[in-house]
Amino acid sequence: MEVAGEVLQSGSSQEFHVLAVDDSYVDRKVIEKLLKISSCKVTAVESGARALQFLGLDGGKGSLGFNGLKVNLIMTDYSMPGMTGYELLKKIKRSSAFSEIPVVIMSSENILTRIDSCLEEGAEEFLVKPVKLSDVKRLTKDSVTRGETKEKDGRRVDKRKLEDDNNTSSSSSSSFTPSSPSNTTPFGCDLATSELPSLAPHSSKRPKWHARD
Amino acid sequence: MDVVNQLQRQFIDNSASLHREGFLDDQFTQLQKLQDENSPDFVVEVASLFFEDCEKLINNMSRALEQQQGVDFKQVDASVHQLKGSSSSIGAVRVKNICVAFRSFCEAQNREGCLRCLQQVTHEYSLLKNKLQTLFRLEKQILAAGGSIPGVE
Repeated sequence: MEVAGEVLQSGSSQEFHVLAVDDSYVDRKVIEKLLKISSCKVTAVESGARALQFLGLDGGKGSLGFNGLKVNLIMTDYSMPGMTGYELLKKIKRSSAFSEIPVVIMSSENILTRIDSCLEEGAEEFLVKPVKLSDVKRLTKDSVTRGETKEKDGRRVDKRKLEDDNNTSSSSSSSFTPSSPSNTTPFGCDLATSELPSLAPHSSKRPKWHARD
Repeated sequence: MDVVNQLQRQFIDNSASLHREGFLDDQFTQLQKLQDENSPDFVVEVASLFFEDCEKLINNMSRALEQQQGVDFKQVDASVHQLKGSSSSIGAVRVKNICVAFRSFCEAQNREGCLRCLQQVTHEYSLLKNKLQTLFRLEKQILAAGGSIPGVE
C-alpha cells in the first residue's frame, strides 16, 4: 500500500481525506498530527511530483488516488524543490479531474505577490506557517460544510491569513477586522466588496498576532 | 510521591527557563498540546527530526561557505530558508531569528556575515538540543516514577 517514498496514511474511507505536501520532515509530521487530531485521514507526501503521482495526474493510476480514496482537501507547502506549491496548485486547478478539490497553500513567508498569485490561481487559502490546530480544524470543517456555497459573483472566495514574520504590524495591506482568535462562529454575511473574504462560515480575517507574543 | 514532585518541579523550572530565555516560543507549547495517547512520543520525535535537519543543513551551509572558488549564496540561502522553516515549526525562536539575519547576509553576499551567523546558529542549536534533551529526560523520569507531565493540559 505504499508508493516509493514517504506516503503516510491513516484512517477509514469515510473520513475527510487530506493530501498534505511538504518537503520538510518536521512540517510533514506536524501537519499530519494536526490533521489526525482533526479527525482526518491523512496522506503526507514529500513533493509535488509525489502528490501528482498519488492523484494519478502523472498518467499512472486512476483518478481517485491509488487506493481508491477520494481526496477532499490538498494542503501544500509553497517552497519546495523541483515543483513549488504554486506549480502544483496550477496543475491541480487545470486538471479536469481535480480542479474542484480545494487547495490550501502554506508558507513561512507572507509575501503579498505570492499570496495574490496563489489566490488568483484558485487557492482556497494561504496560510502562514507555523500552521495552527485552529487553522486545520477550521479548514477541514469548512470544506465539509461548504457544499454549494462556493462561488458568488462568479468569483472564488479569497481568504488570507497574514502574519508578520518580524513582529511588526503589517496590516497595511489587509482590510481584515481583527476578531477573537478562538472565534469559530459562522458569520455568513454578504460583504459589499469582493476583495474581502465572504461566505466563509468562520472568521478567516483574524490577524495572527496572538501567535507571536 | 516526593521524587515525582521534585522531578515535576525541575521540569517546570526547565521549561519555564527555556521559554523565558527565548529558546522556545508558544509554537513548542502547541506541539506539546498535540501529544496524546495515540502519539506519546510526538514531541520527542519532532525534536529529533528537527535536530537531524539542523545537522544536515548546517553541514550544507558550511560546505557552501567554504568554497574558495566562490560561494554560491543562493545555495546557502536555500539551506537557511529550510532551517528557518523547521525552527519556526518547532518553536525554536532563537535559531529562527538567527536565520532571518543569516538570509540578509546571503542576499548581500556577505561571506563574513554568513560565517558569523553559521557560528551562531551552530551554537544555538547545540544549546537548545542539550536543554531539550534534559527536558525529555526529566519527562521520562517523571513517567517512570508514576507521575504526570505538568503544565501541558
